[in-house]
Amino acid sequence: MDVTIKDVEHIAKLAKLNFSDEEKEKFTAQFNEILSFMQKLDELDTSKVEPLSHVIELENVMREDVVKPSLPTGDALKNAPSKTDKFFKVPKVIER
Amino acid sequence: MDWNKYEAVIGLEVHSQMLTETKTFCGCSTKFGNPPNSNVCPVCLGMPGVLPVLNRRLVEFAIKMGLATNCRITPYSIFARKNYFYPDLPKGYQISQFEEPICVDGYVEIEKKDGTQKKIGLVRIHMEEDAGKSIHDQGKETLVDLNRCGVPLLEIVSKPDIRSGEEAYLYLQQIRQIVTYLGICDGNMEEGSLRCDANVSIRLRGETRLGTKTEIKNMNSFRNVERALDVEIDRQYLLIESGDRVKQETLLYDADTNEVRPMRSKEEANDYRYFPDPDLVPVVIDDAWIEKVRASQPELPMERRNRYMREFSLPKYDSEILTAEKEVADYYEEIVSGLKLKTEAAYKQASNYVMTDVLRVVNEKSVKIGEFTIRPSQLSRMIDLINEGTISTKLAKEVFDEMLRSGESPDSIVEKKGLRQLSDESEIGKVVEEVLQANPDEVGKYIGGKEKLFGFFVGEIMKKTRGKANPKMLNDLLRQKLDRLKN
Repeated sequence: MDVTIKDVEHIAKLAKLNFSDEEKEKFTAQFNEILSFMQKLDELDTSKVEPLSHVIELENVMREDVVKPSLPTGDALKNAPSKTDKFFKVPKVIER
Repeated sequence: MDWNKYEAVIGLEVHSQMLTETKTFCGCSTKFGNPPNSNVCPVCLGMPGVLPVLNRRLVEFAIKMGLATNCRITPYSIFARKNYFYPDLPKGYQISQFEEPICVDGYVEIEKKDGTQKKIGLVRIHMEEDAGKSIHDQGKETLVDLNRCGVPLLEIVSKPDIRSGEEAYLYLQQIRQIVTYLGICDGNMEEGSLRCDANVSIRLRGETRLGTKTEIKNMNSFRNVERALDVEIDRQYLLIESGDRVKQETLLYDADTNEVRPMRSKEEANDYRYFPDPDLVPVVIDDAWIEKVRASQPELPMERRNRYMREFSLPKYDSEILTAEKEVADYYEEIVSGLKLKTEAAYKQASNYVMTDVLRVVNEKSVKIGEFTIRPSQLSRMIDLINEGTISTKLAKEVFDEMLRSGESPDSIVEKKGLRQLSDESEIGKVVEEVLQANPDEVGKYIGGKEKLFGFFVGEIMKKTRGKANPKMLNDLLRQKLDRLKN
């Protein structure tokens, strides 16, 4: 199935990105190129292959439930473009 | 209008905050109430290049919950990223489970008011991380506290088996009891440790397809869930009856006005683009692990209630109240095990004291029963004192109040306040004699047939003995004396 300009617009919206019309055209073409390249894989018979969610053959990597030191609040907020002494500050978002 | 034509179809999603020490994927503390943004680290802040590592205890809690709700524990389960943008989610995705959740296909049993039982199926239980907290009402901007970001949750998804607000309420009550009995969640809905969203639709009875559903959020108590659902069922019913259609949307419940209103109208359908999280390897659970957890499972609320009816011969009503909270049930059982005189009557007495006196004070003072001044062993002793005939139930009330005040032992209170019951026949006999002699008129009237005066004599005698006369003995002696005078 081909990627349409609508798909690109939808994906851009989900990613909160804005593109010009030319960019949208360009990305539509690129998306389709990538997909047709990947379609090469369809030539393989995978009917007897289990779906793979992870390429690393590891399982059950866990830690014990023991508290480790956190970052000092000042350090945690260091990279924030907007902040108070304790909080991250963001443009008002209200969903109601 | 014929409401009976329709039935409601409700499914609930419950988010339950886990009582682990640390977050889902990092060693930050989960402690509630710490200063904002003090329980955070590069992992839960979503800094580039960090690696999440799963908390083993969360997996154990999930297995516990799965076993308690008759689920199948999946031998191989994986984590997925659920992608969306919101300021309280710094990574831009929530780590959750999508395909292959840890528990599937269980059920919870509820019992309705009329005593009928019903199984509410569970689709799945999965592990995920919580988001942070946004504070909207301070100034022009939104403040974000990420202490809660990454705190582990279990999401419990029911099948659409619930048919009314009442059933939803009972189901939530069961879930709450189970998580608190298991000790994996504190069950506090007002504080957000248990959160519930509901999917509701209605359809004609006999119809097997589902109607268009709405999702209700913002219900912060069990009662509100019940009310919100009833309001929404009515609203959908009226819409359909008037020839209109239910629109698929998300609604917020407003407890003040008892209304639901749309949350976001324009938003396009959610598109979370789930995919397996490459940072986290699969969780593989073998039978040995499951059996180890099973062996550590506590008795569950329904089992405990049934045991109380069987073992202590308590009425169902008592058993339900006593087992509704694990701490209360533990308290009750400690009283029972401390009793010297273990009789069914004593078990019932213990139940009465817990249900009325203890729970009344605990609720009034809003303390936890574990921190209640009077310890179970004191109540065991008090009940023994009653059944040995040392104190009357009336004086026991005084002992109870004094224990509440001073925390002293029942024995020392009885000694100090001279509450020991008068159980000496000759002494009581003497008082009976005195009272009768002091009230010749009443005695005359009694003999003349005014038998109601019996109570008057009892009262006088009790007054003279300051309430300490053994009531049964007093009754017997008084009756004997009066009968003798009559003949």
